[in-house]
Amino acid sequence: MQIQPILAALRRHRLATVLIALEIALACAVLCNACSMIADRLAAMHINSGVDENALATVHLTGYDLTKSADVDARALAALRSVPGVQSASLLYSIPFGLRQGTAGITTDAAGQHFGGVIEFYIGSPGSLRALGVQVIAGRAPQADDFHPFSGLLPEEAPIQITQSLAEHLWPGANPLGKQIWLDKYRFRIVGVLKNLVRPDPPGWPANQRQWSVFVPAQPGPQFTGSYLLRADPRVLPRVMRDALAAVAKALPDVVIDRDNSHTLTELRNSVFRNDRAMAGLLVGVIAALLLVTALGIIGLASFWVAQRRRQIGIRRALGATRGDILRYFQTENFLIVTFGIVLGVVLAIGINLALMKWFEVSRLPYWYLPVGAIVLWLLGQLAVLAPALRAAAVPPVEATRSA
Amino acid sequence: MFLYHLRLALLSLRRNPALTALMVLAIAVGIGASMTTLTVMHLLSGDPLSGRSAHIYYPQVDATPADWHNKYPLDMMDYQSAVDLWSAHRADRQTLIVNSQIKVRAPATNLPPLMLNMLSTTADFFPMFDVPFAYGRGWSAQDDANHARVVVISSDLNDRLFAGQDSVGQTLRLRDSDVRIVGVLAPWRPSPLFYDVRGGRYANGDTADFYGKPEDVFTPFNTGLEINDGNFQQFTCWHMPDKPGHLVNAPCVWIGLWVELDSAAKAADYRSFIANYAQQQKALGRFAKTDTRMLDLMGWLDYNHVLPRDVKLQTWLAFAFLAICLFNTVGLLLAKFLRRAGEIGIRRALGAAQYEIFMQCLVESGLIGLLGGIGGWLLTLAGLWLVRTRPTPYADLAHLDTSMFLITFALAILVSLIAGALPALRASRIAPALQLKSL
Repeated sequence: MQIQPILAALRRHRLATVLIALEIALACAVLCNACSMIADRLAAMHINSGVDENALATVHLTGYDLTKSADVDARALAALRSVPGVQSASLLYSIPFGLRQGTAGITTDAAGQHFGGVIEFYIGSPGSLRALGVQVIAGRAPQADDFHPFSGLLPEEAPIQITQSLAEHLWPGANPLGKQIWLDKYRFRIVGVLKNLVRPDPPGWPANQRQWSVFVPAQPGPQFTGSYLLRADPRVLPRVMRDALAAVAKALPDVVIDRDNSHTLTELRNSVFRNDRAMAGLLVGVIAALLLVTALGIIGLASFWVAQRRRQIGIRRALGATRGDILRYFQTENFLIVTFGIVLGVVLAIGINLALMKWFEVSRLPYWYLPVGAIVLWLLGQLAVLAPALRAAAVPPVEATRSA
Repeated sequence: MFLYHLRLALLSLRRNPALTALMVLAIAVGIGASMTTLTVMHLLSGDPLSGRSAHIYYPQVDATPADWHNKYPLDMMDYQSAVDLWSAHRADRQTLIVNSQIKVRAPATNLPPLMLNMLSTTADFFPMFDVPFAYGRGWSAQDDANHARVVVISSDLNDRLFAGQDSVGQTLRLRDSDVRIVGVLAPWRPSPLFYDVRGGRYANGDTADFYGKPEDVFTPFNTGLEINDGNFQQFTCWHMPDKPGHLVNAPCVWIGLWVELDSAAKAADYRSFIANYAQQQKALGRFAKTDTRMLDLMGWLDYNHVLPRDVKLQTWLAFAFLAICLFNTVGLLLAKFLRRAGEIGIRRALGAAQYEIFMQCLVESGLIGLLGGIGGWLLTLAGLWLVRTRPTPYADLAHLDTSMFLITFALAILVSLIAGALPALRASRIAPALQLKSL
């Protein structure tokens, strides 16, 4: 197939060619960036929480006098443990994907000079870390004598477990065991490293900070009350959750069950990421509409060109060109236009990505998206042009003898 | 002449129904997408206190210790500073605000207790922010001073507890205290909930929560502090409070102060007043820094990046999409007009001016824009319905108002005229002789 005559013909239709190439360039840029954003959102949604979400649920109580916390907690835990199917019930402040109760900035020295970042303090009663199913990869899990009651915001001096992501941020390359962190007057000694333990609100944090959590062992008291973690077999969890809420309502009629925050962890996870899911869905919709509009544009313009060139096609056919030659002519022409578009589009895609990174904290476009986007558009162009090109190939040679 | 152009345009559009439908559809989809996001933007970025916002200010002073390296004073104030500035009464109106969660029961009903958001504020809050009342009214400055056990409730709560009846004079139990209802608000939905906006810079763009509903329970400031003691949340603390939830005189910021200043001169005076206050507190050894700041309402919203990042991103996306639809339409119109080169050649030969041909083509594209606008309007309604079904705090706000309805059509016609201009110019330049020869 000779490209020279096609280029010559396109030069006669410069404006339309440029337009369709621009449309493809824009489509290419939006396509690559939208796909990259979808990938970002999906990656955020599939964060590893480090806990056995599908076996866990939480019940949250509020609206009682904190001086009565011992009584409320005892009755609530008794009611929860009486529900058939409950494997364990314990207290946990801050719930993965749920209520956030211990976000604070820490320092790595007693004087408070070396800021370590804003992290999540999970405060748990005996059995809660095991119920979560968090994996301890170094050091030890909490022991029975690690759990003490406290009266301030946190236990004053506690041996804690830290996530490996936070440990790596605070002391890169060093062994975190035995190191200490401070929050004002509170001092915490690291005795264990957790593989993962997600923050309650991961979408609100930069990607590298979403696992910055520690586990602080403590006994319930007026400042640590009313937030329960339930563990049950995933298959019966929905039923257990319903029964648990009913049991608590019966055992503690004057206490308010915070129903917005009492759910299974799977439900909580879904609601935490609902915005990301909606945005990903929207982007998929935009991509589909965009490809459709682009294809329709190509079909429209190609049909027009075919109609305009009926006589020329007839002449070529009369001079011996086969149907295949005509078909390939339009296919090659489309390939060339789409290629112009893609070249422009790649530049545009990178430019848009740089702007998005600056203003919207979107991550860098992986470079392999560009060739994939190009292939998608080439295929789209070939598919769109096929029908008009087949119509062109069907023009009989006798057309040459007719006037336009 | 216009009617003649219109008749020809209609004829021409009917000649290629498929191509016409394609162009109308492209414009409709592009307009639908961009108007949906633009309407959401418009609703979320509007002035929550239209006409008044320029007179409403948010003063800030910095009580943090010297080793806190914050660029600006923190978003809220400590108890001492907030109460000092408020009780000086140096502004036309001033109000303190602090939020907390409280257990609410209505002894007259047997409904289960509720946990609700309470705003503890001062008498000026209601007139300052144009809060509408259905029954009764706000409390007086005297009630503030007396720590009066009075409450104003939202229209939502009144519907839930008293079926929307006038409940003024009824008693509510807040935690363990009985308070008398003195006012019931009419439905009130400022967007965003401007007086509670703070900390937006730490929200990582996820600021949809600024568009939630106002609190259900409003009490005088000191009354709220007394009856809900132990349940207050700090914005931040530089040392941990001795008794969590009790923040009066704790090294924490947790109270907001809003002031109304009716002229620029008064605003300047107030700025120097807070600057003097900071100097004086530093001299007393209570402050380490003398930084102060006072943004007006819109400036404060801007500083807190209230517009959710996803909304902005969606708007850009929609306009990129509209641009693609535009290119598409230009290409198709070009094809359509040039296909009629013969007809145009004859008209030119019969005496039509270039200008006539140009207008003819523009009228035709404007007509496509109008049709696309109708489609776009329907798609915008569908898009907004989709927004309303989503569980975002601002979902209930998503409606098309008159101005956005008109903008829909204006944008559709504008887009189609832009799309039509270049092809129309090309068509009007067709040389009649060449076309006639090939007939």
